[in-house]
Amino acid sequence: MKKYTSVRAFREKFSFLVDHKAFKYNVSFLLFLCFLFLLSAGMGEQYFSPWKVFNILLGNSDSFESMVVESFRMPRILISILVGISLAVAGAILQSILRNPLASPDVTGITGGASVAVVLFLALFSNDSNVLTVSIHWMPLAAFIGATIIAFLLYILAWKNGLSPFRLVLIGIGLWALTKALTNLFMILGPIVQASQANVWITGSVYGSNWNNVQILTPITIGLLIIAFIMTRHLNIQELGEDIALGLGTKIERQRFGLLLLSTALIGSAVAFAGGIGFVGLMAPHIARKLVGSSFGNLLPLSAIIGAILVLLADTIGRTLFLPIEVPAGVFTATIGAPYFIYLLYRQRNA
Amino acid sequence: MQLHSKNGKVAGLVLGVILLLIVNFLSLVLGYTDLTIHTVIDAFTQFDGSNEHIIIQDVRLPRALIGTVVGASLAIAGALLQALTRNPLASPDILGFNAGASFFIVVALMLFSISSLQATTWIAFLGAMIAGLLVYFLGSVGRDGMTPIKMTLSGAAIAALFGSLTQGLLVMDESALDQMLFWMSGSVQGRKLDILLSVLPYIVIGVVIALTIATKINILTMGDDVAKGLGQRTGFVKLVTGIAIILLAGGSVAIAGPIGFIGIVVPHIVRTVVGNDYRWIIPYCAIVGGIFLVIADIGARYVLMPEEVPVGIMTALVGIPFFIYIARKGGK
Repeated sequence: MKKYTSVRAFREKFSFLVDHKAFKYNVSFLLFLCFLFLLSAGMGEQYFSPWKVFNILLGNSDSFESMVVESFRMPRILISILVGISLAVAGAILQSILRNPLASPDVTGITGGASVAVVLFLALFSNDSNVLTVSIHWMPLAAFIGATIIAFLLYILAWKNGLSPFRLVLIGIGLWALTKALTNLFMILGPIVQASQANVWITGSVYGSNWNNVQILTPITIGLLIIAFIMTRHLNIQELGEDIALGLGTKIERQRFGLLLLSTALIGSAVAFAGGIGFVGLMAPHIARKLVGSSFGNLLPLSAIIGAILVLLADTIGRTLFLPIEVPAGVFTATIGAPYFIYLLYRQRNA
Repeated sequence: MQLHSKNGKVAGLVLGVILLLIVNFLSLVLGYTDLTIHTVIDAFTQFDGSNEHIIIQDVRLPRALIGTVVGASLAIAGALLQALTRNPLASPDILGFNAGASFFIVVALMLFSISSLQATTWIAFLGAMIAGLLVYFLGSVGRDGMTPIKMTLSGAAIAALFGSLTQGLLVMDESALDQMLFWMSGSVQGRKLDILLSVLPYIVIGVVIALTIATKINILTMGDDVAKGLGQRTGFVKLVTGIAIILLAGGSVAIAGPIGFIGIVVPHIVRTVVGNDYRWIIPYCAIVGGIFLVIADIGARYVLMPEEVPVGIMTALVGIPFFIYIARKGGK
């Protein structure tokens, strides 16, 4: 049996190979995501079966049911999926440019930069009675700016006749520590109400999502994803190693910069809406790589789907298992992700 | 500026001790409550129970002593770690000791409602030890043994693991967050002398071990093969060094919480002064580390007066640019 099918369109201007195995995985994980989507929309204090949810979405239901599903649960679910996709794709890209399977948005300090910005935002724009003086809608923007600043710092500080992955990782760890110290400082200086508000956010939660957020995040994510898919060719070449990539005529530094920017944008937008949901950017690309290998044409879509599944699953568990307490999704991704990280380190022992 | 002669090094050490005494004295005088040198002397010679005297004896003195001890032991622990891992960026905080201690304390506080300072101290010790062993194990499995990058990454991984778990637990309990926040940033304020005294034996043992194995460490830093060729039982030396590190780092995190970057900054400064001989590096680290932390603590009182900044944040803000500088210099 042939392993690939080639797809050509627009008079051969557009062509790519479809790997059968990867295609199968993609489709089955996508189906699982759809099932999870219906299941998650039905779960909560009011339980609806997946089939019922499907009907509700088609409009065959009373107004109460459609309100619960469409106004309360749906935005949250959609944000989870979008955030999962962004983090996973960003993680895959970061792991490739840093040439290190352990790199992730958390450890490079980019998520931390966003956290600092949020805590600072809460501290700066509150009056004495802890009421925000500006709209909370500006918080995502602050997070995005924070993430971008750290990414630029990371890039500038790690630059010395080019960018070595090793230095990027080390300086990333340094910046990560810096953001932690600053976050703690601002949290201590502010009142406790804010500290706990900020803490929920830093841990990562899609709790407050509404349709407004979905409307903002969807076009951003889709746009960035398209760019990511166009740039995958470069990633494949970079994976071969610096010398080979240079020999093949790649403008490696410029591409690295572009890719770093792209992943920051993905992380920034995700973090802005959901806080620092940790380890998704680490786990999803790894699981995907194990299933379909490291060719990015196959890897990125599968990472994206797995990332979405992870965040959606974590949030669904977080909001249903311990009712009436809501546990932020980030707690669950960390409890699965951190041991996984250690397992990876252990696995690497002979690499 | 490097000191070469033995006399020069001894003189430097004496100078360091004098400087340490001076900053300790300044730490008694300076702060939110303005005191004069005269009052400080009176507080010890003719204690009259006045507010000022109580502040000096019960607040400022423990603070200065704890700062000295913690600074010294963190600096020595950092120097030993750097020798052991042959990684210029190794230090107890980067390698996850502090995150481990924080996590165990939060667990103890939330799940078992343990909050007495005495118990907390022991739990912090335990947490630092577990995290340290985990990092050491993860960083040294594999065919090529312990490499700097593997060690740093496993440290970051363990720190991330414990950090996010701690954060997750704190999200669920607001009052615990309040209690933990100040401790988690590292502070030498508000600790009683009892805590220092209960941990001091371990720190002293750590320092003694460090001083006695200094010559062995000198050989170890030449590389495993050379050390083995010279007849050293490297495994044993590494184990003993590891124990000393855990005693020192665990002890100081137990007293003062996670105070970062002293373990990186101080040994590097010391190395430029006395070279690579650990027989000198260790005592110098102790003195300079003490001076550094006491100064940082005095600074922490003034930055945002009347609020206090935890000293851990001060050392981080000073230390991180330093860390980045070394990372840039070290990596090719």
